[in-house]
Amino acid sequence: MKQKANKPKRDEQKSMIVQGPVCPRPIEQREVIVMGHGSGGKMTRDLIARYFLPAFENPPLMQEDDSAVVQLSEAGRLAISTDGHIVDPIFFPGGDIGRLAVCGTVNDLAMVGAQPQWLTASFILEEGLPISTVERVAQSMRAAAEEAGVMIVAGDTKVAERGKADKIFISTTGIGHIPKGRDVSGTNARPGDVVILSGSLGDHGVAVLAERGGLALETTIKSDLAPLNKLVEAMFAAGSAIHVMRDPTRGGLATSLNEISQQSGVAIALDESSIPVRPAVKAACELLGFDPLYMANEGKLVAIVSPEEADKILAAMRATEVGAKACSIGEVMEAPAGRVLLRTAIGATRAIYMLAGEMLPRIC
Amino acid sequence: MCLAIPGRINEIYQRDGLRMGKMDFGGVKREACLEYVPKAKVGDYAIIHVGFAISQVSEEDARETLALMQEINFTDVIGRSDLKDAART
Amino acid sequence: MKYIDEYRDAELVQRVLAEIHRTVSRPWVLMEICGGQTHEIVEHGLDQLLPPEIELVHGPGCPVCVTPLELIDKALAIASLPEVIFASYGDMLRVPGSGRDLQATRAMGGDVRVVYSPLDAIQLAQKNPDREIVFFAIGFETTAPPNAMSVMQAKSLGLSNYSVLVSQFKVPPAMEAILASPYNRVQGFLGAGHVNAVMGYWEYAPIAKKHGVPIVVTGFEPLDLARGILMTVKQLEAGRKEVENAYPRIVTYKGNQEAQAMIKRVYETCDRKWRGIGMIPKSGWRLRDEYASFDAERRFAVEEIRAEESPLCIAGEILQGLKKPTDCSAFGVECTPQTPLGALMVSSEGTCSTYYQYRRSLKK
Repeated sequence: MKQKANKPKRDEQKSMIVQGPVCPRPIEQREVIVMGHGSGGKMTRDLIARYFLPAFENPPLMQEDDSAVVQLSEAGRLAISTDGHIVDPIFFPGGDIGRLAVCGTVNDLAMVGAQPQWLTASFILEEGLPISTVERVAQSMRAAAEEAGVMIVAGDTKVAERGKADKIFISTTGIGHIPKGRDVSGTNARPGDVVILSGSLGDHGVAVLAERGGLALETTIKSDLAPLNKLVEAMFAAGSAIHVMRDPTRGGLATSLNEISQQSGVAIALDESSIPVRPAVKAACELLGFDPLYMANEGKLVAIVSPEEADKILAAMRATEVGAKACSIGEVMEAPAGRVLLRTAIGATRAIYMLAGEMLPRIC
Repeated sequence: MCLAIPGRINEIYQRDGLRMGKMDFGGVKREACLEYVPKAKVGDYAIIHVGFAISQVSEEDARETLALMQEINFTDVIGRSDLKDAART
Repeated sequence: MKYIDEYRDAELVQRVLAEIHRTVSRPWVLMEICGGQTHEIVEHGLDQLLPPEIELVHGPGCPVCVTPLELIDKALAIASLPEVIFASYGDMLRVPGSGRDLQATRAMGGDVRVVYSPLDAIQLAQKNPDREIVFFAIGFETTAPPNAMSVMQAKSLGLSNYSVLVSQFKVPPAMEAILASPYNRVQGFLGAGHVNAVMGYWEYAPIAKKHGVPIVVTGFEPLDLARGILMTVKQLEAGRKEVENAYPRIVTYKGNQEAQAMIKRVYETCDRKWRGIGMIPKSGWRLRDEYASFDAERRFAVEEIRAEESPLCIAGEILQGLKKPTDCSAFGVECTPQTPLGALMVSSEGTCSTYYQYRRSLKK
């Protein structure tokens, strides 16, 4: 937001936007984003000053230098994560792209045991996007950042010609501090560990799918979109033997667990009947031929913890709002390494794999 | 082939000259065409494939199937319903 | 969900399985014709719980898989036309033609839309009067009445911008082709319950009699499948070769009269080429001459497109139940859901894809 508003770099905007004094003067109050909002000039500045700065207000951001400057409170390890967000539709039951952009990065940081502190946000706006949408998204980001206790300290805004972007794309980068003694990684799963899921699967995937309109589904399912860093802190307060955490977003639980089993060189065995899925999510999956194990989640985590501390950690999770339905869904085994197995409700065992390609509704 | 799942008919109406219904699939709602189940009423269940009801669910047969399965340890009655089914049609 | 959950009751399924174990005295080869049943059997792991004497072979019942290469190529040619919106069930998007698939055609600029129902394609035609809407009318008997209804609806609404690319197959001729093969191993059939919901099971009596095989109309949930297998095995053990119904809550002897009438009104029987199997006489439907104006093949002059199958794929033998996917040297190596060589790997219901999803670990 800061540097780009003042000093557009030469290679940034190749369009024919005129800089400096122009005649006639651009109209200042507009209802939609126009190319001038990405010019790097006064219109860009005004847009940022009107909608982003007041929403994200914090000291590093308000310094308005080319970079945000932050102070580390203690020495140690930092976690850094970046994520691009595109979602259709941009507003959906239970959330929107702004909240998604904040929570997505906050959660990625939290999954390595970091305490998210600072975020940056880069916006690509499509020409013609209502300014009211920009405002609504900025306010939603503010609320999510407050909820997660993070500051959005730097940003950037660009405008793409109509049709060359879809309404709004947001990339966020986050930085967080990892307290001493935490060692969370996909390589740390050990045989005997317990697999814990923080709540029901597939809410986000189904909520977005239903809202998309093409399938004409009506549901009351809301996205589970939420920051998970406070849940993670509650877990660490209860026990330190948290070996692996993942938020099963796109690709779902099946994909996350396959990654972990391969990284750690272990087998993961799940019990189908212990995996919570809301009835309406299950129904939507039946209707479209989807498997909840592959549906996206945005406010759930799967944790692999030592068996000794599993009960304490589970109890701590259940005491939080986002983890109220946390449960144990399986265990880590030695063999077959790199595989995820599911014990089906009728007592058979099958392997589950990563999501292959785009999820398409099937009719047959 | 042919993914088809049972839903409850919540509402029946006409659209573009077709008999349509609002179906409830365990909390998820979607429109379906009811032209092929002309006798189905609100509250009945039908099995839906690609947005079309292709058969009404017979509650009596459903109950009987489950009852037969529950009896399985005692008697060799599997298949009995088929005679009755042929008579029903 | 009512009428689903009861039929997944683990205890009831186990009772029926126990009865199957008690009943079986020697080896039997059963074929489930329907790909949907293959999917459910493997997803729940039902086959693992059957006595070793019972071998399930997977039949050709996936309309996505058996749609011939040349029809896919026609679809790709039509979908590439600038005036066309090509509407398809989701399953068809990843089926490879000679070159690419519909997904790639969309990426190259073709307007390809996924629809849940043929009536959604009709709505597209109503909303886009200046575009040509072409619907890929694939399916077996189950999908024929919905597809046919869309043609009737286009006619009654006077939608001259709607046409269908018909790939419509009938199951009984394929069963006969399998039974007539000198290599046939199938001793009993599980009938495809949702085909029978439309067609009833009056067509099966001559097949059962002529070839001396029991045919049991079977549903899709674990309890339905277990019941269908039990009834088939009981017949085989007793030397009976009859047609029975294990899915009476959905299927009646005569089937759905209204739906059958609509099929007759719009379609006429024709010879059809099945991908991987070849030409089967009288095994499909095409539009009657009265509806020729809705035939996309004629409207877009693609009748001359010809294509040859890849020689590497053993789909034909798999579809006929002669081999299993794990017998194929390309399975899981050159041929995966990401890089499918043949149609059986493409459809999530295809035998090879189903094996890949749930059973890859069996290949040693």
